[in-house]
Amino acid sequence: MLSSKASSNCHGQDSLYFLGWQVYEKNPFHEVENPTGIIQMGLAENQLSFDLVESWLRKNPDVMGLKNKDGESVFRDLALFQDYHGMPAFKNELVEYMAKIGGNNVKFDPNNLVLAAGATSANETLIFCLADPGDAILLPTPSYAGFDRDLKWRTGVEIVPIHCSSSNGFRISMFALEEAYERAQKLDFKVKGVLITNPSNPLGTTMTTDELQSLITFAIDKDIHLISDEVFSGTVFDSPSFISIMEAAMDSNLKRNTDVLSRIHIVYSLSKDLGLPGFRVGMIYSNNQTVMSAATKMSSFGLVSSQTQYLLSYMLANKKFTSNYMKRNQKRLKKRKEMLVSGLKKSGINCLKSNAGLFCWVDMRHLLCSNTFEAETDLWKKILCEVGLNISPGSSFHCSQPGWFRVCFANMNQSTLQVALRRIKDFVERSSFNYQQIMASLSRKLISNWVRKLSSADREEQER
Amino acid sequence: MGLLSRKATCNTHGQDSSYFLGWQEYEKNPYNEVNNPNGIIQMGLAENQLCLDLLEPWLMKNPDALGLKRDGISIFKELALFQDYNGFPAFKRALVDFMGEIRGNKVSFDPNHVVLTAGATSANETLMFCLADQGDAFLLPTPYYPGFDRDLRWRTGVEIVPIHCTSSNGFKVTLPAIEQAYRQAQKRKLRVKGVLITNPSNPLGTTMARDELDLLINFIEDRQIHLISDEIYSGTVFTSPSFVSVMEVLKDRNLDQTQVWERVHIVYSLSKDLGLPGFRVGAIYSNDPVVVSAATKMSSFGLVSSQTQYLLSAMLLDKKFTKEYMSENHKRLQKQQKDLVSGLEKAGIRCLDSNAGLFCWVDMRHLLKSNTFEAEMELWQKIVYHVKINISPGSSCHCIEPGWFRVCFANMSESTLKLAIQRLKSFVSSIGMKSQSHQELKSLRRKARNNWVFRHSLQSFYDREQDTTTKVSFSYRPHFMSLSNIAATLDAAA
Repeated sequence: MLSSKASSNCHGQDSLYFLGWQVYEKNPFHEVENPTGIIQMGLAENQLSFDLVESWLRKNPDVMGLKNKDGESVFRDLALFQDYHGMPAFKNELVEYMAKIGGNNVKFDPNNLVLAAGATSANETLIFCLADPGDAILLPTPSYAGFDRDLKWRTGVEIVPIHCSSSNGFRISMFALEEAYERAQKLDFKVKGVLITNPSNPLGTTMTTDELQSLITFAIDKDIHLISDEVFSGTVFDSPSFISIMEAAMDSNLKRNTDVLSRIHIVYSLSKDLGLPGFRVGMIYSNNQTVMSAATKMSSFGLVSSQTQYLLSYMLANKKFTSNYMKRNQKRLKKRKEMLVSGLKKSGINCLKSNAGLFCWVDMRHLLCSNTFEAETDLWKKILCEVGLNISPGSSFHCSQPGWFRVCFANMNQSTLQVALRRIKDFVERSSFNYQQIMASLSRKLISNWVRKLSSADREEQER
Repeated sequence: MGLLSRKATCNTHGQDSSYFLGWQEYEKNPYNEVNNPNGIIQMGLAENQLCLDLLEPWLMKNPDALGLKRDGISIFKELALFQDYNGFPAFKRALVDFMGEIRGNKVSFDPNHVVLTAGATSANETLMFCLADQGDAFLLPTPYYPGFDRDLRWRTGVEIVPIHCTSSNGFKVTLPAIEQAYRQAQKRKLRVKGVLITNPSNPLGTTMARDELDLLINFIEDRQIHLISDEIYSGTVFTSPSFVSVMEVLKDRNLDQTQVWERVHIVYSLSKDLGLPGFRVGAIYSNDPVVVSAATKMSSFGLVSSQTQYLLSAMLLDKKFTKEYMSENHKRLQKQQKDLVSGLEKAGIRCLDSNAGLFCWVDMRHLLKSNTFEAEMELWQKIVYHVKINISPGSSCHCIEPGWFRVCFANMSESTLKLAIQRLKSFVSSIGMKSQSHQELKSLRRKARNNWVFRHSLQSFYDREQDTTTKVSFSYRPHFMSLSNIAATLDAAA
């Protein structure tokens, strides 16, 4: 009766990533009203710098009131503005902002930008433009759980994972890349591209120029596309600084291949660094004119509200504001991340070294009863239901090694994070105490059995 | 780069149609009362610009709505973070109340059955993804909105099979026409998943009668398929008969809580009656919880900005305001439509009797050189490039009779409308004179040749007997000169 898409679960929302949210929704932590509730650490949102945005808004009431610099209402123009090319002033500001994030090492052209209702829409649209149903995209794991829905569901495109492991800090090796490509071919999939998230979700790490250039070379070699989802680029709070795929492509050796720029596409959004996921502002950047043309038409299915384009074009036009915001936001993210990392360390839990993102990639392998995903799920359940923390298990990010979890830190205030850290500490101590008890009791059993065996052997000997 | 998708490189986006080409020409030379009085007047854009002046005072009286405040306190943070695909509860409640009001409160809607989307464009595509697979088909009465070729087909891979409607009965949907379309789909080995109607109709501007809706409900019940009712123009019904939603008919027939109830879905938007296309507010309404669930997840690909949800929830919750607005809106639409219809009549051009919409379905068959789509294209070119009015030819709406055009009236001031009518009047007279002198020449030639006495009519073209019985047979997409060729030829000639 309905389509196969509606009746299947290819939307990927039966994953633990989303289930954890559902459990959280039923019992959400609140400092005052529900202090024993579940703390949401599975939501990669930036709530640390709203005060900076709100202060700008207070100083610029006319923009919210849809008035221009002369105090005249622009409501009518905005109400009618549905041009899928987007508001020129807004696109101009966006490309400058994107460039700023990359240290102004690249210049972006607003004509190569297509707006979309969030990065979710941008990613799906790009896949519709680059791949047909049954084609495949290579994706390094661990990767954002939402990609199962965003890249595959309605497009019919397959994802083939590039397995990365802790042995080298989860970096993409050429070996893993080639292996994934061969695996896709064995499965009879036509590989159309590689999609990377840089900075990485869930790792919180940025890619080096070498890594990016290896990927570009791979894409040229296999004649495929390279999509760089750079939604977290504004959250880089520590060195090494962020290098956009566009910057890496500017290398003279790569530029010799004249169509290299037409196979590289960027996805960006204001949801992560500016903390405005509710306003639905995403974009695709590409030098490929055919992609631009098709993506622009497809953006009809998810245009950005003109009211929102207007507000944000003014905000981003204020360069003093954006410089100040970026600096202070990054400081706060760094501080909060360090608080999480040191707090976890006190509980004997290590995190992958990270310099970006709104989360840490946390190593809890030593807390598993066995090196299996079943054990990981058991641990996840305990942490969700008994400890009261919604963290995201590595399996929901398709990580090939059990025991890793993504823990978000930027969507809560300091005191809430402290409560979370205390809860983890208590849990680890309890578990280790229980573990010690179990181990002690096991050892005692083993010893007494051994003693019994020995004494019965002695008796036998004596009796012989 | 031969490695883009088929979708990116084909033209199933449908934007090579004359509908969009006309817009492009308008963009190059747009009319402006002061700056460009000889420019092209845009009558191909179905927008309601007549009542925006009513919204502005409301905004001034309610600064908190734009200022993202509640009782004077900023809720910016709450809204900036709000990306729940279930939508802003207050907004959904306000929206269903508004939808109920438009239907004279004869039906009430449940906010839990609403899925918000970034415009009706997104809503229609999402519904297709939920109800049909690639290669399935939906039946659509012609003429229909040209954008459907993109919205329903492009990325979904779903086919549209037309239900041909003709002027013989005012383009109403008939059972033989629906059945013929169904058979056509079967011949093409397409599995029919449903029927999609636009009510009120774009481009006809008419509301469906109860018997038409009954017919459709019976048909979908019988074939066990879906019915989508795109009701985005429901708030633009400015005169009788009043609007009857398909939901109302289902309720009156006690079909609520039956299987067919779950197969009827409505699409709505605030772009047409409130005149807010830029804000991207659309909605799907369905009684099938599986559809609501899937569509809700899919709405992630096109959520409505929370900033906009908040503004419009405040506006729609002001029931006094919405009542006054709708009443005034209807008055102004009716007046503007009357002005267009009477103006065209004076030029000897008739319109289909309409009671809704932002456009008229105009009969220019008598102005065609021949009863063909080539002649329709020729006439259209003349009107766009020489008369300088962008109107939409019936062929772009898949009408099977040449000579009909959709002419919008709600996106301009009274004076611009007057000017457009004036231009058309002059154009029609000039054709009349040309035709008259052509006839005289023919007659003189005949006289000279044969010394015959004959009678020639000085009657206007409209008074010529309409040939409504001619069946125009053609393949699904009428063949006419490639549009880019037309544009290139004219550009070269200019």
